[in-house]
Amino acid sequence: MKKSPWVFHVNTGACNNCDIEIVDLLTPRCDVERLGVKLVGSPRHADALLVTGIGTRQAMPRLLEVYRQTPKPCVVFLIGACACGTGIFKDAYHGAGPIDNVLKQEDPNAIIAYVPGCPPKPEAMISGVVKALSTL
Amino acid sequence: MIDALLHLFWILIFPGFVFTLVIGLVASWVVRKVSAKVQYRVGPPFLQPFYDIMKLLGKETLVPKDAQRTLFMSAPLIGMAGVLLLATMLWRISLAPERLFVGDIIVAIYLMVLPSLALILGSSASASPHASVGAAREMKMVMGYELPLVLAFVVIVIKTGGTLSLAAISSNVTVLSISGFLAFAVALLCMQAKLGFVPFDIPEAETELASGVLMEYSGALLAIWQMMQAMMLIALPLFLVMVFLGGFGPNVWAGIGKLVLILVIIILIKNTNPRVRIDQAMKFFWQYCTLALVVAIALAIIGTSTGLSWL
Repeated sequence: MKKSPWVFHVNTGACNNCDIEIVDLLTPRCDVERLGVKLVGSPRHADALLVTGIGTRQAMPRLLEVYRQTPKPCVVFLIGACACGTGIFKDAYHGAGPIDNVLKQEDPNAIIAYVPGCPPKPEAMISGVVKALSTL
Repeated sequence: MIDALLHLFWILIFPGFVFTLVIGLVASWVVRKVSAKVQYRVGPPFLQPFYDIMKLLGKETLVPKDAQRTLFMSAPLIGMAGVLLLATMLWRISLAPERLFVGDIIVAIYLMVLPSLALILGSSASASPHASVGAAREMKMVMGYELPLVLAFVVIVIKTGGTLSLAAISSNVTVLSISGFLAFAVALLCMQAKLGFVPFDIPEAETELASGVLMEYSGALLAIWQMMQAMMLIALPLFLVMVFLGGFGPNVWAGIGKLVLILVIIILIKNTNPRVRIDQAMKFFWQYCTLALVVAIALAIIGTSTGLSWL
């Protein structure tokens, strides 16, 4: 798991900025494949979920469904200020609460890691992934 | 008793499971590394495929609620068994051709269909819409490439004087003639489709089907699929080497060179082509490849009947 984290990308109502930065991770400049990271297309193959966005009321049930479909043990990475704590959308009518609270209600033992920033740099995400996996 | 143990050793350890798996995982590292180099990346470390398999074996295995449980669990094993038998047979023939062995080319063709069949079974048992689209595409692909593949072997059988034994076929270098080269080129493209590589990775199509046929597999079952694909990465090029390039042995280094050559051609095709649509793939295999092979068969018949071996 430390040597080959496969990641699945979930957008829960992000403005796409964080998503573009995640795609940047796979470009030749950062090349996370040298660390064994692979972007997979199905949550069943994933070890880590990269969650972006504030978790809108529409997206939250889907996020929980994806989380249930992911084989455990898995790590949830909250990428960006919105995912970490709703950011500038605090108390917005369309938000379903901070994602980490909802995930903790679904599964009290969920492993959650935070990468703040708006959007976080690819380097920050790599550092977050390394830190989270080295504490496991 | 000793004989049975020896057979078990062949299948499970030396030319069979462990040996092929290790080289297959190394080959899948080569695929990833060369792809990375083509894209100006660094690429994964040498042991990456081994880490992946170890990790998958240690993870939870989820079975979808609506899935047909028995079939879902047994399909990877069926595919694995097929590749395992194929690999053991091919290695035995190429390493010890003097031993009596019914190395029929027909058996090899049958065994090569098993992994695709298992993929179709497993994905249609998993009760997922993505996987069922993937299964439908895989079925069409099998129908598409089996015809040219069998025709390519027919060319070789004609050229080597009607023998169906792999050991006898692999003593001739059949690619050094017009019809042999045509058959080799088409068989290489069919292998590309069998391995599920771009441009024929339509059943897996990561971008549109989210890895399609393997979508619902997780944990140890996914690890078995990965191991099966790694072993196919060795068994299928080895088969091509035996049929077209004059066999693996007796010079082991030449054999390894031929194997790597085929692997590199496959990887370069993979990295320089976009994915085609399913109808384009069918058209490609049934019209162009089959036409080329009909010409090749005619040339081979003329060549053998008039004694012109370069035709």
